[in-house]
Amino acid sequence: MPRSAGVEAPDLDTFPKLLLHHAKVRGDRPAMREKDLGIWQAWSWAEARAEIEALACGLHTLGMRRGDRLAIIGDNRPRLYWSMCAAQAIGAVPVPLYQDSGAAEMAYVIDHAEVGFALVEDQEQVDKLLEAKERCPHLRQLVYDDPRGLRNYRQPWLNAYDAVTEAGRAFAEHHPDFFEAEVAKGKGADISIFCYTSGTTGTPKGVVLTFDNILKTARNAAAFEDLTDREEMLAYLPMAWVGDHIFSYGQSYACGFCVSCPESAATVMQNLRELGPTYFFAPPRIFETILTTVMIRMEDASRPKRWLFKRFMALARHSGVRILNGEPVPAGERWLYRLGELLVYGPLKDTLGFSNVRLAYTAGEAIGPDIFDFYRSIGVNLKQLYGSTEASVFIAIQPDGEIFADTVGKPAPDVEIRLADNGEVLFRSPGVFQEYYKMPEATAETKTADGWVRTGDAGLFDSRGHLKIIDRAKDVGRLKDGSLFAPKYIENKLKFFPDIKEAVAFGDGRDSVTAFVNIDLAAVGSWAERNNVAYASYQELAANPRVTEIVTGHVRQVNRDLAADPQLHRCQISRFLILPKELDPDDGEMTRTRKVRRRIITERYQPLIDALFSDRTEVQADLEVTFEDGRRGRLSGLVRIVDVETFPPSEAGEAPRKAAA
Amino acid sequence: MNAVAGLADGNGAAVPDRRFDEVLLEVDSISLSFGGVKALTNISFDIRKGEIRAIIGPNGAGKTSMLNVINGFYQPQVGTIRYKGEARRAMRPYQAAKQGIARTFQNVALFRGMSTLDNIMTGRLLKMRSNLLLQGLYWGPNQREEIAHRAFCERIIDFLEIQAIRKTPVGRLPYGLQKRVELARALAMEPELLLLDEPMAGMNVEEKEDMCRFILDVNEQFGTTIALIEHDMGVVMDISDRVVVLDYGRKLADGPPAEVRADPAVISAYLGVGH
Repeated sequence: MPRSAGVEAPDLDTFPKLLLHHAKVRGDRPAMREKDLGIWQAWSWAEARAEIEALACGLHTLGMRRGDRLAIIGDNRPRLYWSMCAAQAIGAVPVPLYQDSGAAEMAYVIDHAEVGFALVEDQEQVDKLLEAKERCPHLRQLVYDDPRGLRNYRQPWLNAYDAVTEAGRAFAEHHPDFFEAEVAKGKGADISIFCYTSGTTGTPKGVVLTFDNILKTARNAAAFEDLTDREEMLAYLPMAWVGDHIFSYGQSYACGFCVSCPESAATVMQNLRELGPTYFFAPPRIFETILTTVMIRMEDASRPKRWLFKRFMALARHSGVRILNGEPVPAGERWLYRLGELLVYGPLKDTLGFSNVRLAYTAGEAIGPDIFDFYRSIGVNLKQLYGSTEASVFIAIQPDGEIFADTVGKPAPDVEIRLADNGEVLFRSPGVFQEYYKMPEATAETKTADGWVRTGDAGLFDSRGHLKIIDRAKDVGRLKDGSLFAPKYIENKLKFFPDIKEAVAFGDGRDSVTAFVNIDLAAVGSWAERNNVAYASYQELAANPRVTEIVTGHVRQVNRDLAADPQLHRCQISRFLILPKELDPDDGEMTRTRKVRRRIITERYQPLIDALFSDRTEVQADLEVTFEDGRRGRLSGLVRIVDVETFPPSEAGEAPRKAAA
Repeated sequence: MNAVAGLADGNGAAVPDRRFDEVLLEVDSISLSFGGVKALTNISFDIRKGEIRAIIGPNGAGKTSMLNVINGFYQPQVGTIRYKGEARRAMRPYQAAKQGIARTFQNVALFRGMSTLDNIMTGRLLKMRSNLLLQGLYWGPNQREEIAHRAFCERIIDFLEIQAIRKTPVGRLPYGLQKRVELARALAMEPELLLLDEPMAGMNVEEKEDMCRFILDVNEQFGTTIALIEHDMGVVMDISDRVVVLDYGRKLADGPPAEVRADPAVISAYLGVGH
């Protein structure tokens, strides 16, 4: 029988204790899966316990002691998740790092967190740490999982994972009680993990979280959503991100459900379909990409299929969301919807891997209302949630039956939210972080003495008591005439068009609003293919006058929409340009979680911004770009600036519905 | 559970300090002509076990002809080839394949309508034992054999990181990935000598770097001897142990990369000075 979460005994206050508990209670239930060499491999809780015990003892023999730190770097792999629990079992603190960050970024975090040990996936990460090691005096031992390409590495402090567990097993044979005794020493108030923020605002900060922080919020949310030990989850987001830590680790241990790791980052969509998860998280970007892919593929489908899709999607838009929300719907529509489930929605969900999804979350950014409604209309219970690393994720969740595309829901269980005078959202909860490691000033700035945490986001409560996030509090500005300027709000409206991948709006302290636009290469590329537009690169497609025309249409639609907004009608975009390169984390223009870094963009693109606020119709762009291998190059070209029609405030337009690219 | 350990087993380990003594293949005074056109004139060099050997030269120098001679596609009029100590002049490509010589092609030669996995499986054909009759049955020895071959191919897929395109028809893949699939198929033969004809032609910098890494890994992990033709001098100088330079069907130079690069004859062949 599936068992509901939140009923576990209170003495199970750390992850290693939960591991022992699950190994006893549901020892032969799967704990983790990974697709390896084309076949799904599974490990039961009992097997996971044995692996973790061997690894914990192995790390102990390498010299790891209570209070030491273990950096964990790599794709989502069972062994890396086990290393978290193994470190925690012997009182060390795991510090997961973003696997795609460069050696310099890694060196900063490793040095700052005084990391003594690192467990990494493969040669790529080993190479980066070798480069970083000089600057990290604390780093003593390195363990790698995949030995490929490392045959000729002779450093004495490099250890193969298998050798470490081997030593661990030998140690455990002589000290059979060591592991359980070490686990018993842990308590809920101990530090569980350092989660380094992705650095949206400057240098990464190490958020210190305790077992209580994570387990209480994980359990609260699990009880709120009725999660059981039968959930299936696919772990594919960076392990260093607090969300993955809560969903794929915290809640898995809290409830005892199985977490699966994809074969590689490129096979996530295929693996998703094979697995059919019941519980799924993805940032809006991924839901958007999936929808774009569906739309592109439908364009290529045969005529009868296109007709069927169009007919039934119209029906789904009309009644699907209401059916999912449990609202009354006429019997005839219900029957038709059931037919649609058979013909369209069911097969579509199966193709996407959403057939079994009971609960899907999205967070991190605003999601387009049309994208959100699309998934809900075909019967995927997609919800928005609002959270942060400092809160151990959950701040607000949309409760069942009260789901609106434009809000992030109500305060999560045990969370209090209030708004500061400037509109900033503050919260207080059991998940509130202890401190930013070695940054007392930053801690004091964010966390008040009585436990309230500033999120830095500006928000408001609507009449239904739901929280609505408008923008980063510091980014909300004013135009010269004093009217409100919320760049993110405008950018999101632009990004809701599948043709537009990124947008950056400018206007603080100016007369009018202007914007940079990045086109979406998949969507616009597919359009180009269908319309016989030849192009060789992003740059060439972005400069195509017909593409400019399409984007101009989208911007005009946004303006029409903004004109209807009583507070933000002055934010209509008067001029824009399409950037000749995609914004890229490698150039520092975005964070690793793909949030736009305004300050850096303003610095790098100053000439382009100046041109936007002048009356020139084109501007010479000369940009430095970083290739994936770290080399640098230059990119130059002429960029066109386009003027767009704006609308008088009262001319209310219907919100733009999503049209296929 | 551990894919790579299994792959490395049973194959000779690469020599860390990279010294190669045993000659694997020796071509001696090879001449090849098509009617009046002399493609190769009196070429002699050797390929030693475990090394990465580059064959370079300007367009039309006879590089691909040389590979074709080695794997038996062309038969030279004069000269002998000694492979693993056995001299031969005429040999069919399938005989070469049986003896452990695999190759990739300058212009990708895959079965475009077949999936990546099926293409790689064709590389295992020579290793398959069961006959046509047995292969027609679902159960029986053929099933066991196919499972074993599939397992081997999966290790190659893992090694070359092409899991995501396992089931994709290769005709739909971008060029760089097709090249990688071709390498995978060649590796499926478990070759002793791998001939790569311009493995990096038409690739961008990142794809080239990936390919270099794969070639080095193949050489290091499986101990496979590699002979490659390549135009990108940076690549050649970086990864090869020895380089032979051809021009108009003649051997111009032969030796370690640094030495070849400094050779005045090579410089004039490439830059066209001295006229």
